[in-house]
Amino acid sequence: MATATEQWVLVEMVQALYEEKEELIEEWQPEPLVPPVPKDHPALNYNIVSGPPSHKTVVNGKECINFASFNFLGLLDNPRVKAAALASLKKYGVGTCGPRGFYGTFDVHLDLEDRLAKFMKTEEAIIYSYGFATIASAIPAYSKRGDIVFVDRAACFAIQKGLQASRSDIKLFKHNDMADLERLLKEQEIEDQKNPRKARVTRRFIVVEGLYMNTGTICPLPELVKLKYKYKARIFLEESLSFGVLGEHGRGVTEHYGINIDDIDLISANMENALASIGGFCCGRSFVIDHQRLSGQGYCFSASLPPLLAAAAIEALNIMEENPGIFAVLKEKCGQIHKALQGISGLKVVGESLSPAFHLQLEESTGSREQDVRLLQEIVDQCMNRSIALTQARYLEKEEKCLPPPSIRVVVTVEQTEEELERAASTIKEVAQAVLL
Amino acid sequence: MRPEPGGCCCRRTVRANGCVANGEVRNGYVRSSAAAAAAAAAGQIHHVTQNGGLYKRPFNEAFEETPMLVAVLTYVGYGVLTLFGYLRDFLRYWRIEKCHHATEREEQKDFVSLYQDFENFYTRNLYMRIRDNWNRPICSVPGARVDIMERQSHDYNWSFKYTGNIIKGVINMGSYNYLGFARNTGSCQEAAAKVLEEYGAGVCSTRQEIGNLDKHEELEELVARFLGVEAAMAYGMGFATNSMNIPALVGKGCLILSDELNHASLVLGARLSGATIRIFKHNNMQSLEKLLKDAIVYGQPRTRRPWKKILILVEGIYSMEGSIVRLPEVIALKKKYKAYLYLDEAHSIGALGPTGRGVVEYFGLDPEDVDVMMGTFTKSFGASGGYIGGKKELIDYLRTHSHSAVYATSLSPPVVEQIITSMKCIMGQDGTSLGGGWAAWWLTPVIPCHNQGKECVQQLAENTRYFRRRLKEMGFIIYGNEDSPVVPLMLYMPAKIGAFGREMLKRNIGVVVVGFPATPIIESRARFCLSAAHTKEILDTALKEIDEVGDLLQLKYSRHRLVPLLDRPFDETTYEETED
Repeated sequence: MATATEQWVLVEMVQALYEEKEELIEEWQPEPLVPPVPKDHPALNYNIVSGPPSHKTVVNGKECINFASFNFLGLLDNPRVKAAALASLKKYGVGTCGPRGFYGTFDVHLDLEDRLAKFMKTEEAIIYSYGFATIASAIPAYSKRGDIVFVDRAACFAIQKGLQASRSDIKLFKHNDMADLERLLKEQEIEDQKNPRKARVTRRFIVVEGLYMNTGTICPLPELVKLKYKYKARIFLEESLSFGVLGEHGRGVTEHYGINIDDIDLISANMENALASIGGFCCGRSFVIDHQRLSGQGYCFSASLPPLLAAAAIEALNIMEENPGIFAVLKEKCGQIHKALQGISGLKVVGESLSPAFHLQLEESTGSREQDVRLLQEIVDQCMNRSIALTQARYLEKEEKCLPPPSIRVVVTVEQTEEELERAASTIKEVAQAVLL
Repeated sequence: MRPEPGGCCCRRTVRANGCVANGEVRNGYVRSSAAAAAAAAAGQIHHVTQNGGLYKRPFNEAFEETPMLVAVLTYVGYGVLTLFGYLRDFLRYWRIEKCHHATEREEQKDFVSLYQDFENFYTRNLYMRIRDNWNRPICSVPGARVDIMERQSHDYNWSFKYTGNIIKGVINMGSYNYLGFARNTGSCQEAAAKVLEEYGAGVCSTRQEIGNLDKHEELEELVARFLGVEAAMAYGMGFATNSMNIPALVGKGCLILSDELNHASLVLGARLSGATIRIFKHNNMQSLEKLLKDAIVYGQPRTRRPWKKILILVEGIYSMEGSIVRLPEVIALKKKYKAYLYLDEAHSIGALGPTGRGVVEYFGLDPEDVDVMMGTFTKSFGASGGYIGGKKELIDYLRTHSHSAVYATSLSPPVVEQIITSMKCIMGQDGTSLGGGWAAWWLTPVIPCHNQGKECVQQLAENTRYFRRRLKEMGFIIYGNEDSPVVPLMLYMPAKIGAFGREMLKRNIGVVVVGFPATPIIESRARFCLSAAHTKEILDTALKEIDEVGDLLQLKYSRHRLVPLLDRPFDETTYEETED
């Protein structure tokens, strides 16, 4: 039985606790919402492009030839594409005002999905309204917590975000190194034998890109398919750079190697490079693709693609189907500029000769990334002064899993003439010599 | 004191017993959870009075409790469906019934199966039966009336065939077209067409590389002016705006307090950031305050270190409930506990407030109090994309560190032009708010607009009030706030979901029905999205049909009739005391 004094002590204690809590609340100081950004941060001030970012473009007030936009087939200012988009705009307006499930499915979307499936010779295709969201929503739809994903080190950021959202076990293998991948697969097999029950419900995936954005190299798909059947892992192929570029008809890396498309479980690509539109798509067998219609987050919970952009993509596909010769032209131009850029003192070309988007890295780094970035920016600015528009490849330094070294991105399109390619190569040579020596 | 839009008068009740503690929000709530235990005030609606002067207008929100009989019948319905589901699965396994869905390749039959059988149980056996209510393809502008492509299924919705007919002139109560900017004629469309001719459809590069057009800079400056903030930044997809920028703002060691019913994009962004997430009950300020207090007093779990920062994630209008966030109280709490506020105005920008500036204007608050104002252009501006507005330091930081600026393509130019034109329409010609009378109207350069922007906002408010009032009078259970243009009508039983959708389409009205997993399993609903493009005739037609279908399907569950404007003086005894 608490006496009067004990009760009084209890009340005092509670009071003191309450006051202590108030004090703690008073004293706590949070960090500022965002840290201050220094005024000379290299990415703070964007280049302003006045007018369309097409072959001849005006960047920061200077007229330049565009070597930085991913407009590989030159469809950005194609009059047929613009006319198709305009017709769609006149019929449907701009926005779709809803996700696909709630009156946001237009006949243009169904048309585009049909055309893409026929073009890639798969059963079904599904379109997303944003290129980044395509692979970032596709991976978590299939791979969940407890599943295992083998992914290349040089995978792009969208794949990394998709993997993070999936909460699966990630195993990185060295870039394009099939021996390393096989080693990891063998290790996994040994693990499986220890625990066969768990192994029976753990799904395995291999995620690779057709043409890697960060290194400009092509993935060894035939070996991957062999590994797939040997170790029973499914392949997800990201073809943003290789769709509309590789292969006799532009169908991507599967056509380039002559592999049966049904061997790849899911092909994902964005329509923002070769097709010069906005958005992305996944294609494959109905068994695989249909699942995303209910569990792809970027598909179910987001407004659908504006119909004018879908119509532009359809027309771009038409053009691709009508002139299959442009792929050979693009390949030739890539080869030409690759050769021309070899042997620049101080810069090395990173990327294969059939990749239209490759990098120029410093042969010897100065030691600090900031210094490297500044040097490369100097080169880019001077090239801009001489009417060649280039850009540095941009990365989020703290967020990337395997940060690539700083580089200048060079993009080849079919609209660039041979003289322009030569001029670009010689300009870069001169500027590099001036800046780096 | 803001003037009331729409001309509906409201009476204020004065508190009988003095005011409220400073800063700490305590009294004056409507019981806002339908699943709460029955209290003495079960099923009644109270008008919330002022809360120490935080609210400048009455905040009327109600979620009527599910009637007991209905809840039981709903569970029985789901039980029956589950049993039949098992039966059908059994028949399909033993090949007595034909299996319609796609199967794995022969060569890959010995791979680990891609889907777990149970995961798809709901899809195979429940969703498939009423699948024709979703993904209805349309072939015209998603305005007040829309043309739907007719489709038929001969195998119980496993596959659809298009008959080639088009159902014309269906009243569209499903598209997010709040201010009626989904049009294919008019000044917005002409401006977008011009920009399309000049710039093309795509951009083919990211913001930080060479995809930053002069159009984007123009748009961002306009958005900042529209919202009343220092700076803004625009992104290509509304969903991605959340999922790519929340990780840039918070990381490990930070705390995110997120509302129970937040949208999938906010949840994904919070998860990808790596911060600790704690959930507070929907729109419940005591729950939020308790979490804030505990967070600051006890710090991080295990290490007890103080949190680096606390971010509160709320939405302006919650699209499944139709409720509006209690913004004045959230801001009072945020100021007291020094947390940061991230407000997602996807549905409320353009739809609330006397000039369409969103939920901040609706409550008469200062936009500077909200640290991060996020919204989308899809709903009220008839375009696509999202934006974030706030202080200049915030936007500078996002320009350098946002995932979208570095890796994702920027907005398409004709879409940008549509946003610019529609925003200018809402703002009233050249960006000044519609003041200065007829002289200003004569003197300022006029952008011909299909309808003055402010009139659209007022029309929407009138439509909202009228529609909600009529539905409540008919006896349906309607969730949410009286001023929200999103109107959820409760259906509860699974069979009624399909029946409602199909009956309404037969009567030429397109509605959206939602069930599990977007809503709790027994609270399936039909959701109407009102628009300024809906005229009174359209609304009356729709209401007549809803009345008919409601009688046919026995949907009028509400156990009381709305008593218009009957305010009782605030009385402690009739009101449920909240836990402390």
